[in-house]
Amino acid sequence: MKDEVTREERVDALGGMGCKRKRVEDARFTQGKGNYVDDIKLPGMLFGDFVRSPYAHARIKSIDASAALALDGVIAVLTADDLRPLGLHWMPTLAGDKQMVLADGKVLFQGQEVAYVVAKDRYIAADAVELVEVEYEDLPVLVDPFEAMKSDVVLREDLVGEDGSLPDGAHGPRKHHNHIFTWEAGEKEATKQVIDNADVVATETMYYHRTHPCPLETCGCVASMDKVNGKLTLWGTFQAPHAIRTVVSLISGIEEHNIRVISPDIGGGFGNKVGAYPGYVCSVVASIVTGVPVKWVEDRMENLMTTAFARDYWMTGKISATKDGKITGLDCHVTADHGGFDACADPTKFPAGFMNICTGSYDIPTAYLAVDGVYTNKAPGGVSYRCSFRVTEAVYFIERMIEVLAIELDMDAAELRRINFIRKDQFPYKAALGWEYDSGDYHTAWDKALKAVDYDGLRAEQAQRVEDFKAGKTRKLMGIGLTHFTEIVGAGPVKNCDILGLGMFDSCEIRIHPTGSAIARLGTISQGQGHATTFAQILATEIGLPADSITIEEGDTDTAPYGLGTYGSRSTPVAGAATAMAGRKIRAKAQMIAAYLLEVHDDDVEFDVDRFVVKGAPEKFKTMKEIAFAAYNQAIPGIEPGLEAVSYYDPPNMTYPFGAYVCVMDIDVDTGEVDIRRFYALDDCGTRINPMIIEGQVHGGLTEALAVALGQEIAYDDMGNVKTGTLMDFFLPTAWEVPNYETDHTVTPSPHHPIGAKGVGESPHVGGVPCFSNAVNDAFRAFGLRHTHMPHDHWRIWKTANQLGLHG
Amino acid sequence: MIPAAFEYHRPKDMEGVLAVLKEHGDDARVLAGGHSLIPMMKLRMADVPHLIDLQDVETLRGICMDAGTVHIGAMVTQAEIIANDQLAQAAPIMREASLQIADPQVRYMGTVGGNVANGDPGNDMPGLMQCLDATFTLVGEEGERTVKAREFYEAAYMTARDDEEVLTSVSFAAPKGGSAYEKQKRKIGDYATAAAAVILEKSGGTCSAASIAMTNLSDTPIWSEAAGAALIGTAVDAAAIKAAVAAMLGDIDPAEDNRGPIEFKRHAAGVILSRAIARAWDRA
Repeated sequence: MKDEVTREERVDALGGMGCKRKRVEDARFTQGKGNYVDDIKLPGMLFGDFVRSPYAHARIKSIDASAALALDGVIAVLTADDLRPLGLHWMPTLAGDKQMVLADGKVLFQGQEVAYVVAKDRYIAADAVELVEVEYEDLPVLVDPFEAMKSDVVLREDLVGEDGSLPDGAHGPRKHHNHIFTWEAGEKEATKQVIDNADVVATETMYYHRTHPCPLETCGCVASMDKVNGKLTLWGTFQAPHAIRTVVSLISGIEEHNIRVISPDIGGGFGNKVGAYPGYVCSVVASIVTGVPVKWVEDRMENLMTTAFARDYWMTGKISATKDGKITGLDCHVTADHGGFDACADPTKFPAGFMNICTGSYDIPTAYLAVDGVYTNKAPGGVSYRCSFRVTEAVYFIERMIEVLAIELDMDAAELRRINFIRKDQFPYKAALGWEYDSGDYHTAWDKALKAVDYDGLRAEQAQRVEDFKAGKTRKLMGIGLTHFTEIVGAGPVKNCDILGLGMFDSCEIRIHPTGSAIARLGTISQGQGHATTFAQILATEIGLPADSITIEEGDTDTAPYGLGTYGSRSTPVAGAATAMAGRKIRAKAQMIAAYLLEVHDDDVEFDVDRFVVKGAPEKFKTMKEIAFAAYNQAIPGIEPGLEAVSYYDPPNMTYPFGAYVCVMDIDVDTGEVDIRRFYALDDCGTRINPMIIEGQVHGGLTEALAVALGQEIAYDDMGNVKTGTLMDFFLPTAWEVPNYETDHTVTPSPHHPIGAKGVGESPHVGGVPCFSNAVNDAFRAFGLRHTHMPHDHWRIWKTANQLGLHG
Repeated sequence: MIPAAFEYHRPKDMEGVLAVLKEHGDDARVLAGGHSLIPMMKLRMADVPHLIDLQDVETLRGICMDAGTVHIGAMVTQAEIIANDQLAQAAPIMREASLQIADPQVRYMGTVGGNVANGDPGNDMPGLMQCLDATFTLVGEEGERTVKAREFYEAAYMTARDDEEVLTSVSFAAPKGGSAYEKQKRKIGDYATAAAAVILEKSGGTCSAASIAMTNLSDTPIWSEAAGAALIGTAVDAAAIKAAVAAMLGDIDPAEDNRGPIEFKRHAAGVILSRAIARAWDRA
């Protein structure tokens, strides 16, 4: 029979890699048919709610729950004293510290969990929270990490010996009772020498303010202990369900096979849902004690005030260069405010995450980085908000330092970048702070970006604007923001990446059904990234079955293979690789089956889109669908029935996506208002699996970047009160505030990844923040500004203009 | 974010509303659009054992115009104000200001009555009503009385309305001349960093009447008589605008908050007022 379908049509029919496949998830989300944690309703389910501290630092003198317990419908009120016999009044953090589950004698931040009320419904629970009487004795509050490092006030008495000695922390010696760790990378002395002897040195201190990922869905869980079979089921907003299962097992003593963790649909994570929170522990304990399911869901204020802040880095840099702009050295010191407990979510060996990617896209021969972590009276967290571990901070730092150096050299900042980029022929490139960049072609991307926006034309327009401003013809300045970022994502190689000892590989398990459809399960969990769409596309191309015939399932630890979850743009680099590798195992077996069916030697057939064909005789073939059926239903000598595969992928290296961004904005110097006229984003994420999902990710990441750069912050007053605890003051942009984005790309595949993909979900955030910020700073460059701190909200921009004397 | 338990009342007429108010006194509050009261209840900052929903009281609805006077029922929403072409013709500043209140979802629920009666200095309508020299009608056990918008606001959330009275409508003479409502805000849904309502009348090239009110720059809306006076008799040139701004700055008393320090707010107030005057004059 003649094949009437062309090869091209067969490729299209698969809906594989490279096509703009519509998101299969959206049907349920757009119809309001998602299944989130708060949608889970179980018979007899109780509700938990927290009594929280109004004080940032206080001793607890007494807790009286009698009035609450007297309220009809209140089942229990848990305090640290109730958890102590179980050893659960404190819990380990991901950063090697420990954290109070419920206040044990004192509180260290406003909103800290003091008591956990369990009641028949959430209304009764909320009433009972009001009735718990807590007597506090307030203590001096430290909200400034520099003050904290000098203060006599001890925040963590549990980390000071009885004789006043300071035991080492999880990351080595501590310098002060409020000090957590010092972490270093690079060559200290060599860097000092280079900088001391340089032609030109630029120095700047910048504060990357505290902010919050603020996913639309807050954190929550439902714990259900079945006392008959001894099995605990825990539904929750977990970005890493398997890691949660292991941690719950380790701290509760329940054997891991008796714990089933399920992440249902998750309404955004952005790092907020990586860690373990007191609400999870208390809900599990409450369910074990009561024998019925217990639900706990944060409200918006609780989410903003207590679970997982991001950033809060004070960064001081020195960058040196020759007279003609060739960078010779970089020194970076960070004072990192970690709040009351060190609950950062970083790989164990990296207490400051991958901050040591801070040499950026540039060939900087000598560099040194030191990070000091400090305790203060703020909420714990330190998560990677839409970025790989601390990469946003690193990229912001280097992209601001480049701008400051350009000012010092009186050079164009685009040209300064160009002459310092790592060249294409230098990859794989070993950076001064330790990483080996896998691939890149920065010059091509940069030139494409500058040409797309007519960079020279923009600079000419800007110069004219400055003249007009000086002549009194306009009150608006024009800023051109540039950024060339290099990310480090896909954590990561087990040899240097683990969290609490759990290696950061990932996994995929595939079952092909006899009729030629399939289910694949992964160790990751989508929170909106569209895994069910994209992973099916990878498999479609790898195994030749249509993406529409492949179900992707994640998030149930009883069925999914072990994996470390989704954050740090690791899903495609790690689980995506596992998916491709598992697909190739399927294909290898399919090849043997095809050869048998076609009565030729294994080596005489080759894979072609959706089938195996006899080499040189393409009319002789077996489709993957036919092979699947045969795999189950035909006795094939030497081959066991079935068509399944599993792959655990330990990546040989991280991946290094990069991009070139340009932002053009007009700034009203009188009101501080900003109008983003243009935003051009070129991303190189290696092989592109679904261009439409990439574009969506870029839009979302840029919007969160705009938020952070222009106003989104968690601010505290001197008493440690959170000033931005609602969405009135915490800036979450809407369509109104968001400009039109222009997206573009180049493709530099990762040489070590099975399909060459690098990850993209976080790139726009990482690159976007410095790009918006550089535009604001650039607008004032002609008037003598070197650097002004984010967030660039109206009053801070006004203040900058005011200090530069622009208000007459 | 869960309110304490409360009784929900939904009377069909004002008699019913007043009866519940009389019975429960301080324990009862009326609910219009709910944008201020419900969050306060959820935060447990407002204790309202008896909530009286006004949405079934037909007499509180409707916009009507007679003999140059505009009457707007307390339960008229901002969306209804925006949609009413006749009102936009008679008092274009009503539509212009309403379009700057939050977003469409909020405006479908937010009412004129709630906005003016709550006494929140962040609300836009109180300053606008002062600019229009509006009159508020209050109904209580003793019957009906009226209070001028310019005499209604005493302090933040403190007004001339007694606890057992309900603000039932606002009315004002259709403004003559040109008007403008200018508002700076951080984002959609935010209260003003600074906002100005301006109505100017022009006669032979000079300003013959002026009314200026500022929003969220004191603990009450500020109708700045002096600012208006600075424009009257001038050609509303740069010097006159400067004088009006200076006069306005003498009347406001902004507080520092997350929108910025006092110095910035005063600067922004001046810029916003200058722009509003220029636009209103252009339209006069």
